Amino acid sequence: MADMLDPKPPRPAQPAKPPTDWTTAEMQGRIAARYRSERTFKFLGLGALSLAAFFLAFLLFTIFRDGASGFRHSEVRLEVNFDPVALGINAAAVRGPDGLTEIRKGDFSDLMLRSTRQLGNAANVVSEGAWLDLRTAVEADPSILGTTRTVWVPVRSAIDLLAKGKFDLDAPEISRGVSDKDIAAWRALDSQGRLRTSFNTIFTSSADSTNPELAGIWGAALGSLLTLAVTIGLSFPVGVLAAIYLEEFAPKNRWTDLVEVSINNLAAVPSIIFGLLGLAVFLNVFNMPRSSPLVGGLTLALMTLPVIVISARVAIKAVPPSIRDAALGIGASPIQVVFQHVLPLGLPGIMTGTIIGMARALGETAPLLLIGMRAFVTDTPMGFTSPATVLPVQVFLWSDDVQRGFVEKTSAAIIVLLLILLLLNSVAIYLRNRFERRW
Amino acid sequence: MSITLVLVLLFGIGAYFAARARAAAFVGTGGRIGAVHSLPVYHGAFVAVAALVPALLLLGIWAIVGEGVIQNSVLSAVPAASRPETPLDVSAFMNEVRGLASGDIGVAFNPAAEAAVPNYRATRGNYNIIVGAVAVTLFALGALWGFSQLRPDFRARNRVEVLVKWLLIGASLVAILTTLGIVLSLVFESVRFFQQVSPIEFLFGTHWSPQTAIRADQVGSTGAFGAVPLFWGTIFIGAIIAMIVAIPLGLMSAIYLTQYADPAVRRYLKPMLELLAGVPTVVYGFFAALTVAPAVRNFAVSLGYADASAESALAAGLVMGIMIIPFVSSMADDALAAVPQAMRDGSLAMGATKSETVKRVLVPAALPGIVGGILLAVSRAIGETMIVVMAAGLAANLTLNPFQSVTTVTAQIVALLTGDQEFDSPKTLSAFALGLALFVITLVLNIYALAVVKKYREAYE
Repeated sequence: MADMLDPKPPRPAQPAKPPTDWTTAEMQGRIAARYRSERTFKFLGLGALSLAAFFLAFLLFTIFRDGASGFRHSEVRLEVNFDPVALGINAAAVRGPDGLTEIRKGDFSDLMLRSTRQLGNAANVVSEGAWLDLRTAVEADPSILGTTRTVWVPVRSAIDLLAKGKFDLDAPEISRGVSDKDIAAWRALDSQGRLRTSFNTIFTSSADSTNPELAGIWGAALGSLLTLAVTIGLSFPVGVLAAIYLEEFAPKNRWTDLVEVSINNLAAVPSIIFGLLGLAVFLNVFNMPRSSPLVGGLTLALMTLPVIVISARVAIKAVPPSIRDAALGIGASPIQVVFQHVLPLGLPGIMTGTIIGMARALGETAPLLLIGMRAFVTDTPMGFTSPATVLPVQVFLWSDDVQRGFVEKTSAAIIVLLLILLLLNSVAIYLRNRFERRW
Repeated sequence: MSITLVLVLLFGIGAYFAARARAAAFVGTGGRIGAVHSLPVYHGAFVAVAALVPALLLLGIWAIVGEGVIQNSVLSAVPAASRPETPLDVSAFMNEVRGLASGDIGVAFNPAAEAAVPNYRATRGNYNIIVGAVAVTLFALGALWGFSQLRPDFRARNRVEVLVKWLLIGASLVAILTTLGIVLSLVFESVRFFQQVSPIEFLFGTHWSPQTAIRADQVGSTGAFGAVPLFWGTIFIGAIIAMIVAIPLGLMSAIYLTQYADPAVRRYLKPMLELLAGVPTVVYGFFAALTVAPAVRNFAVSLGYADASAESALAAGLVMGIMIIPFVSSMADDALAAVPQAMRDGSLAMGATKSETVKRVLVPAALPGIVGGILLAVSRAIGETMIVVMAAGLAANLTLNPFQSVTTVTAQIVALLTGDQEFDSPKTLSAFALGLALFVITLVLNIYALAVVKKYREAYE
């Protein structure tokens, strides 16, 4: 301490420096240069941000440009004579109790084939699966048997894309992606007024198909819904209970430290590792059904759990101690304090974190590929153990498909996925703004 | 089986209401609520738990081991001559038997399976009846015992709360179990892989060609598992190209948002960055494959690389860099905000411009935090899968040329494990060894980065 009290040795006297003359050209130039570099730096920052914004806008623009047409499809008008004799159906039996089985016996693809002859040279424009529409029409209204009706059936993908103007017709045939024959057929039908473009109900109501014009996202959307149901059903209760334990009851010891460390680490483990876990444990050890929403949901639940635990802990911590003290003071037990006071007050925050976790799980692809959810599924999934696919995996599968018609389907599916994500995030923001309380 | 479960659960609800009504009656006799230690609901919950837990435990254990017990019993009844031997055959055989029994398949491929169906049905029926009966007995015993405990001074609430506390502890253990499951499954399968392929070759070999042929005389029948090209591809895309894009853009965005932007602009630009972070990676992958990769290829051709590949390290790395921007920016944002205001004010008071303050004071002071954030971003980039699967290709090249196709650890894992698999070939097992390597690398990066960030933050508090 003694040395601190010592007076500092006086500084050696320096020769007096003349004050800086700011008016000289040199100093003015230096100031200007500094302001210039200040402006450059600011513009660099703005530029970086604008570039990020430009990327986002460009990404969304290309997706919407390519995908918007996926929600519309082209149909061709046909006059179909639903002749029960030609179909091989007993018209009387259709009205009986086994009417549906009787209708299903009918040879609708042959009826389709005969009906398309009226199109002349353009007979092959009709989609391979269009005969299903005829059957559905009869199933919906058996009284049309024996009458001639005007029906609109979907056309092949190439014709559909022609109608939407997706091809450069001036290019030579070899590099155009569509044959001269198809163009001729399309022009003929168009001039007869037999073509129309309308909202694509097939896309929104059916499952995957090998034909782009018959492929839809409803199956994948349902699969996503089932998978997320399993995910939320497991990760929400477990995550909230774990958060309650860590925040309210856990003693500070080596075990709870271990729990904390593993939760923080799990939050940063690459998602594909969870796929490996699901494959090794759920499929190979427990023999659970492959490609099922059950296994997909379990895998995603383990992935989402740390997100929910961390956000739930923040929400529980935000509840002021005075609430707990007041409840304890009138004789509530610690468990009652948590479940009757702290949890209800923290719930909005917990919900926000859960929705954000669900949004991430909804967009996840890689772990689901490993547990077999890239299966080609043409049925809408009926339960938690039947094979299913989910929206992001459907996007991935379609993006791999070489058929040109799948490009717009992929983009359209991405639009649906992004809209759902946007909706989920808006709900989270709304909940945060509506229920967030500051004490 | 599920009928038993529903029955037991319904009985459990019944037991709850019965016990609650009985406890409510205590209140009636005592005249006031203080005469009873616990509220009626706790009495109800206590009895329901006492009745349900043993029965549900039994049913749960049976759900896991039951099929194995039935399988052993059915197999032992099959004549020795037609009994399947390898585990693979057994599982195929049992699948067939189960399919026949449930009516999912009409005709059996294996006549022995057809013969085993009646036995399977009978065995399963018998076991289900036995287990169901034991479960119901356990339920009844538990309920009777619980009910016999009910008295006005019975401390039902404390008993129930002990159980709730164990439930909480159990929930928090799931994280440890998951970590353990990851480590064990990765290590277990990797050990099997390293029994067939030397770890030295895996870690230091430069030739990767996992396609093992079915017959020994075919070309490339052994397969080569030198993972260095994969590690290089991962680092090239995730740690070099992506970071060249993400670090300047992310850092400058963070600086602009925290130091220059006025609050109104910030309110719109920050959610935009969050939106960039919320786009699913499969969408980025599609964008990379469909839009960016052809553009990169055309650019390469115009530079004179006639053989530029459609899938390139550059396309995947660029898009991954864009994906990482919001991540880097928010980490840098945090680090800059943690620098004490006094340091910034001091610099400005000396006459330094804002940019000089940022360059000479804020960034150096926040550097450890920024570096920690960048390490986390690298860890995220090398674990990212869909962009590289869709845009980087599958050719294992040890190259510095960004226009060439390279492959990464994650892309190979997906390629190795999709499609039909056998779990004793080095090809599928190598995916787990790659997964282990990825897990260890990201874990080390994360722990180190978090330690850096944490240490730095404590310095000013």
